[in-house]
Amino acid sequence: MPDFHPRIIGFLCNWCTYAAADLAGSSKLELPPEFTVIRVMCSSRIDHNLILSTFYRGADGILVAGCHPGDCHYGEGNYYARRRFALLKKVMETLDLEPERLELRWVSAAEGNRYAEVVNEFTDRIRKLGPSPIRTSTRL
Amino acid sequence: MNSIVMKQDASTAIRELLAYLLSSSRVDAVLTMRQVPETGSCDLGLITDPSGMVEAEPFLPVMTANAGQALSSISMSGKRIAAVLKPCELRGFTERVKREQGSFDNLLTISSICGGVFPLEKVISGDLEKLVPRYIEKTARAEAPRGLRETCKACEEFVPMNADISVSVTEHGSLMHLHSDRAEEYTEGFEGERIEARADQSHIDRMMKSRSAAKGKLFQSLEKSSGLDGLVDLFGKCVGCHGCSRVCPICYCQHCDFESINFDYNQPYFQESLEARGALRLPPDTILFQLGRLTHMSFSCVGCGMCSDVCPVSIPVAGIFKKTGERTAGLFDYVPGRDSEEPIPVMVFKEEELGDIG
Repeated sequence: MPDFHPRIIGFLCNWCTYAAADLAGSSKLELPPEFTVIRVMCSSRIDHNLILSTFYRGADGILVAGCHPGDCHYGEGNYYARRRFALLKKVMETLDLEPERLELRWVSAAEGNRYAEVVNEFTDRIRKLGPSPIRTSTRL
Repeated sequence: MNSIVMKQDASTAIRELLAYLLSSSRVDAVLTMRQVPETGSCDLGLITDPSGMVEAEPFLPVMTANAGQALSSISMSGKRIAAVLKPCELRGFTERVKREQGSFDNLLTISSICGGVFPLEKVISGDLEKLVPRYIEKTARAEAPRGLRETCKACEEFVPMNADISVSVTEHGSLMHLHSDRAEEYTEGFEGERIEARADQSHIDRMMKSRSAAKGKLFQSLEKSSGLDGLVDLFGKCVGCHGCSRVCPICYCQHCDFESINFDYNQPYFQESLEARGALRLPPDTILFQLGRLTHMSFSCVGCGMCSDVCPVSIPVAGIFKKTGERTAGLFDYVPGRDSEEPIPVMVFKEEELGDIG
């Protein structure tokens, strides 16, 4: 599917990954245009329903990214985020709902290069997967 | 373990114990299943007057409401209550206590090795009268009675996990096991021979064998209901009543997110969706609702089967929750309702875990 342009949403933590996105931008690293950033104050802010609704409303892939474990601006938010992510991923796995369309990554404020790598890699993955059936289904 | 030998059948003995607790003012109220002898109609009742005990049927194999859910708010009234709970009701209640929706402080919990319950349709059709005698016979022999709830057939948690008093019925007779100081204290002065005994393990093992086999079958039957297409087929007939969450002992939110303004769709949403998809199912989001619930609480699912039982279009909700719940709880070696001191998995974390994520 050469001309498929996925819609990918990135929920980025304000303190680490959003700053990394800024750094990647000002370092003029190449970033995919399909990747839309939504800034949140902490990765633990992402409730399951937010992710599920985002899939329903037309996302082909969702990346949640925040501070590395131990580096959370609020102390421990990302540990909770990690547990919640594991739960949602397990539900998607159990029901065979393409869990690979959801990813969680740690990217610190200094890691502009890593940010570009993570985002490009994830976007490639979603491009290969094609449009999400949840987005296109007429029976939902 | 200190146990009381029951001379009569377990129901009569527990009814006597409950009457004793009420008349000796050790408890203010008793929560138990009741049955009107003349009509056979049954319900879950809270009884304060000892004369009301004649209708008590503590081990009636029916669950009109998950008693753990029903007990939730009354357990915080400050009144002392003796509650007869099925193991999954007790586990459901324990999960609620962890969510600050109940308290063990003034509670004496009585449970039993559970043979399962019949679906409510058997109550409505009036078949219960015929089914119960055979149920008692079969359960005493550790055999699986016919016609039980699907999740009951497949339940491996039929031994109460943290009851004050547990009852075991075997072919060798019935025993009341006292698990806690509170149980010893409340039963003091209650007639009956005290012996040192445990539930018959071979009886439990035999029950477990048929339950495990049924669980395998149940999970296998759900294989086809996965993937988006499978779920669409399964939930295609969902009427969106949210009854499954209303009767769920775990779903306690006063204001469910799915009934909030977040999911109160308006004209622009419909227009936008229609433009994107070309068609829309109404009511919308029936699958999203279950996915949301699965992620929010499946790790606490006690598999009581209330959700499937009340579903007006017979969607096997309970099976899906039981299957998914085992996997989500398994992530954190969590067993719902095992111990009221064990925090729910989303409230805690370990620094060194889930290393493959991120």
